Amino acid sequence: MFLVPPPKPLDLQGLSMELQLPPLAETGETLTGAEIVIRCLQEEGVEFVFGYPGGAVLYIYDALARQKGTLKHILVRHEQGALHAADGYARATGKPGVALVTSGPGVTNAVTGIATAYMDSIPLVVITGQVPTKAIGEDAFQECDTVGITRPTVKHNFLVKDVSQLAVTIKKAFHIATTGRPGPVLVDIPKDVSNTATPFHYPAKLHLRSYSPVTKGHGGQIKKALNLLIEAKRPMIYVGGGAILGEASAEVTELVRLLGYPVTNTLMGLGSYPGTDPQFVGMLGMHGTFEANNAMQNCDVLLAVGARFDDRVIGNPAHFAAGNPARKIVHIDVDPSSISKRVRVDVPIVGGVKEVLQELLAQVKASGQRPDAAALAAWWKQIDAWRAKDCLKYDRNSALIKPQFVIEKLYELTKGDAYVTSDVGQHQMWAAQFYKFDKPRRWINSGGLGTMGVGLPYAMGVKLAFPQAEVACVTGESSIQMCIQELSTCKQYHLPVKIVNLNNRYMGMVRQWQEFFHGNRYSESYMDSLPDFVKLAEAYGHVGMRIDKPADVEGALKEAFAMKDRLVFMDFITDQTENVFPMVPGGKGMSEMILSEEL
Amino acid sequence: MRHILSILVENEAGALSRVAGLFSARGYNIETLTVAPTEDATLSRMTIVTTGSDEIVEQITKQLNKLVDVVKVVDLSEGKHIERELMLVKVRAAGKDREEIKRTADIFRGRILDVTDKSYTIELTGTTEKLDAFLDALDRGAILETVRTGVSGIGRGEWVLKV
Repeated sequence: MFLVPPPKPLDLQGLSMELQLPPLAETGETLTGAEIVIRCLQEEGVEFVFGYPGGAVLYIYDALARQKGTLKHILVRHEQGALHAADGYARATGKPGVALVTSGPGVTNAVTGIATAYMDSIPLVVITGQVPTKAIGEDAFQECDTVGITRPTVKHNFLVKDVSQLAVTIKKAFHIATTGRPGPVLVDIPKDVSNTATPFHYPAKLHLRSYSPVTKGHGGQIKKALNLLIEAKRPMIYVGGGAILGEASAEVTELVRLLGYPVTNTLMGLGSYPGTDPQFVGMLGMHGTFEANNAMQNCDVLLAVGARFDDRVIGNPAHFAAGNPARKIVHIDVDPSSISKRVRVDVPIVGGVKEVLQELLAQVKASGQRPDAAALAAWWKQIDAWRAKDCLKYDRNSALIKPQFVIEKLYELTKGDAYVTSDVGQHQMWAAQFYKFDKPRRWINSGGLGTMGVGLPYAMGVKLAFPQAEVACVTGESSIQMCIQELSTCKQYHLPVKIVNLNNRYMGMVRQWQEFFHGNRYSESYMDSLPDFVKLAEAYGHVGMRIDKPADVEGALKEAFAMKDRLVFMDFITDQTENVFPMVPGGKGMSEMILSEEL
Repeated sequence: MRHILSILVENEAGALSRVAGLFSARGYNIETLTVAPTEDATLSRMTIVTTGSDEIVEQITKQLNKLVDVVKVVDLSEGKHIERELMLVKVRAAGKDREEIKRTADIFRGRILDVTDKSYTIELTGTTEKLDAFLDALDRGAILETVRTGVSGIGRGEWVLKV
């Protein structure tokens, strides 16, 4: 009953993960700047470039069309979508995402996506066109100060004024983006530079005297950490996104199991330790579990791994410290500036989390020391008492669809093995609480910047990277509209992702804050005049479904996921009044939680 | 607490704005900032005078080190150091004031660089306190214009900031 003819089956061959590197650059081969850009991307093994053409990048797009390699360009519908898709690809694969946009509005549209990646330390290389060097500063058509506008939202950026510096600059961009604490790096290329020829050499190695991230941790500090950890009576391990970015999930899991200690993950760290394991006490933070937040507040030794004690995690740092001044903190992070930024740390360890944890594991094993079993048993008894509160409980007998129920069913149906992207708001928190991530890089969301609109382009980037995997985008009726145009991109490239729209007709998290802290005055948070999402999905050539009864939730999900080659937009009409619990109000300490009335 | 940070940066376009932008974006103070190329033309050296608690200055140092263009950062106030600032002052100098201003300049080891029948332009080098003291010693109404370079600093003895 589709109004549009079914699309061609998913072309998996065309999107193959097999990487066919072009022959290495011959020394001295003369290429234009545009050709150099394409060749550099090929040298770096880039599979996909997410972008949108425009005047200042025409030579680069021309070189793309003439390339001999297998570099695939994904044409988005808005530059923001390009950046988010590249970002989603990077989060799911661990490889740098690449975006290509034009000058002026191309760049300004991309800024949200760059800032989103920067806040979550995601490696991106962003190639931007610029007006010709002679026109820079003359307020030329589609000119903006790209390096200036993006400076506070990138790890580093470059303006390439001399084509002879182009290849080495792109090499630097990939190196800086992917090493140390990763992040986006932007390379701005004036139009005349992309059309000037020069001999091409791609450097195999780089030496940057001003940039050499520390990877190996200080042995003495690790020994101090070991002693504190072994002597702990009420230990807690707190693992953030750095463990995922640093590929340290295996080390985290081994250490936690070896010691038998409780572990929590931040929103960005979910999946770095198996979410179904009994030692996992749930996510912590503003919407963390009762047990995780209380364990954080009451522990005597805290091991922080690739996490940064941010305001949505520990709440007010003064409350965090004053509530438990005796607590000792060990902090492992690749970025020294993350250590002792909001919370004073007793044992700082600068280094790659993987390398440091390997050394710590080796020292634990070699020392033969083991934790105090009696103290640990008493601590677990306390944690289990907190856990018994069942803080995520919700009304299962409602006549309305509860959003939590949809996520639970999504989890069951996908056997916990889907890639789940989300937008930002209540649905994001429910997905984080109710989908149990056992593996890293399966949970793809904007934690730091909190960018509404990322969910759909994230799903595109993930689906391109893993065409065989199930990819679900958990979103809300407000967020999805911020990048809805990308439904068209999904059609063009046959990306059959599944959209789970938790439609409560409100900017739910805004409404929740207004209910709790602004006297129920729902100022401008009602989403009036919503489109018919079923028809909208169909208009873009996809399948739409509307589900408004709890009894239909499971069947709809099954039907949608059975349509392997179609994008299905499931519009779940959910309870408008549902709130996310527990909640630590802004400015409060992390054990000062508001709990659900269900408890 | 006042700190003097000495920073070696790559002599690249935009390096200054990265450093200045870091201070404004994170709400740190800059009291003075000076910058010029070093004997190695690929490097510039900045001196920034800032104020803040030990925690804030630790963060400033870490954040500066994180900038890709920054090669080295040293807090000169952690050790023995020399600091100097240069000031040019144009003062109204007519009639009986001329002698008095000249004497004051001599006391502060200032040099008169330019003379007209109504004014002197005086060069003075020293610590920030000395320059302030000189201005205090002058009749405020006589000061027509001042310009100061901000502090430059260097470690004492064998303490060297080099790549």
